[in-house]
Amino acid sequence: MKTVKGTLRQQENRAGLAMISPTLLVVLAVVVLPILWTVVLAFQRIRLINVRDTGLFERYTLQNFVTVFGSPGFWSSVGTTLVYAIGGTVLALLLGLAAALALRKPFRGRGFLRGAMLLPYVAPVVAVAFVWEVMLSPQYGIVNEWGARLFGWDRPIAFLTQRETTISLLGLDIPIPVALLTVIVFEGWRYFPFAFLFLLARLQAIPGELEEAAKVDGATPTQRFRHVVLPQLAGVIALLAMLRFVMNFTKFDDVYLLTGGGAGTDVASVRVYDFITARFDVGAASAQALALAAVLLVFLAVYLKFFAPKPEDKS
Amino acid sequence: MNRDTFETKLFRVLRWVVLAGLALATLFPFYYMIMLSVRPIEDLLRDPGALWVSISQWTTATYEEVLSSEDSGGQGMLGLLANSALVSVGTVLLTLLVSIPGAYAVTRLRFAGHRQVHFLFLAVYLFPAILLAVPLFVLFTKLGLRDSLVGLTIVYVAQTIPVSIYMLRNYLTTIPESVEEAAAIDGCTRRQVLTRVTMPLAAPAIMANALYVFMIAWNEFLFALLFLVADREKWTVSLGLAQLSGGIEVPKTVLMAGSVVLTIPIVLLFYAAERMLTEGLTSGADKG
Repeated sequence: MKTVKGTLRQQENRAGLAMISPTLLVVLAVVVLPILWTVVLAFQRIRLINVRDTGLFERYTLQNFVTVFGSPGFWSSVGTTLVYAIGGTVLALLLGLAAALALRKPFRGRGFLRGAMLLPYVAPVVAVAFVWEVMLSPQYGIVNEWGARLFGWDRPIAFLTQRETTISLLGLDIPIPVALLTVIVFEGWRYFPFAFLFLLARLQAIPGELEEAAKVDGATPTQRFRHVVLPQLAGVIALLAMLRFVMNFTKFDDVYLLTGGGAGTDVASVRVYDFITARFDVGAASAQALALAAVLLVFLAVYLKFFAPKPEDKS
Repeated sequence: MNRDTFETKLFRVLRWVVLAGLALATLFPFYYMIMLSVRPIEDLLRDPGALWVSISQWTTATYEEVLSSEDSGGQGMLGLLANSALVSVGTVLLTLLVSIPGAYAVTRLRFAGHRQVHFLFLAVYLFPAILLAVPLFVLFTKLGLRDSLVGLTIVYVAQTIPVSIYMLRNYLTTIPESVEEAAAIDGCTRRQVLTRVTMPLAAPAIMANALYVFMIAWNEFLFALLFLVADREKWTVSLGLAQLSGGIEVPKTVLMAGSVVLTIPIVLLFYAAERMLTEGLTSGADKG
């Protein structure tokens, strides 16, 4: 007979650790250690050329942060990143909520529409970014062509390359950041399916009696939404808002593919990319990335403190 | 008319307006992509606003140019498709290999530090790729792994593990523990329980997860751009297409053909498994 090693509890502990260890190894090697290394790199003067000969014990300096904070356009890019992240999040959530409410009750073709709504999210970013680029092109884009036909635009709008335009409304000249708005709309378009999916799932889990009761009590549709449905969705909305904000705040591919970070869309992540590929400045890229992470941590802390479901509510 | 009937009527109309608007917004870009890909470029320049091209005018020259090899004057997308397929399939297999036991351990077994592990996965999931880009770029340069598909696959595995564990865990919690206990009483070892009982029961979730991981790997752009840009032989389709638009003048219709080629595998996979996928992703969301 085999000798039993330890108690059942100890066996379970050993088995658990053995099964989780491959996962932990990969995550430690490819995520955790690199993050720690970013912190080290941010305080060293390292360029791509001398990266092979530098180690942990290089001289530490704050020079990278001076470079990053002092580089032209740094502070305006912080503002751009915030506007982009918040705008994209709000738009995605609003569209997702509208879609979820519209598709809540069954009707003919609902399955087809639900699948269609998910297309922007599942399609490769490179492909959809190109389609938008072509659609919005001032030379051969269909949007400008139809804009001229239907709304009488006197000249094509360069959606992706024009920094700003002013429109006069009631005698006021209001500046509009064209390219930034376009990338925000793209972001809302691409990620509303994600919000839609989660909101729809939550909507369908709300017991029907709740609304029936409100209806019997004479609540109108808006009142039922405001007082019965919305409170039920609050948790998911807070979670989605946090997730989308964090993801948008550090988004790279969408903006890079659409505008390359030009025309007032120089979000923080594109700057990180520029530091590493255009200037070969690893130290400055790390410092910029670290600054990004610091802002992110603040937002995460706020979310966890005020909005996250408490552990005891978790099922 | 009182407020209630007014609102009811208003929303009945508004609902269809919203549906039509959203359907147009989500479907039109894809329709436009396909239409442009079969249009001759002169035709596009002559009439950019056309919503339909008569079938007699359709051309397949764009697809020929995109797919045929560089030696024969094309853009060589076929080779790049193979690279993408290789990386994506590799990512799926490795991710499943690592995350199935991981998810099982997290769901079923109480081991030292299992709470911390849960928090770690959440942190990894939220941790943005762009922050990992710098150190991984440097590390892979040092190791000489930067221009390799293997290096890229390793990064993708690490990126997809948290989602994978989340999806599988959500599913495993719905399988009653008693089923596994019964097998154990009948003399199965823990490994046998996992391979003979739990995994077959979790097969739909594993499939959905495999598809989702495949999608992430197939669509990924940032790391492919950072790691592979120097070596054309190793480009993925996404990267190849992005480079195509930035490089020498390529007609937009050819670019659209490339986009269609890049999109089709994903959309087909997605429709084949839509229900499984959406359920796999959102199960747990309805608990609020």
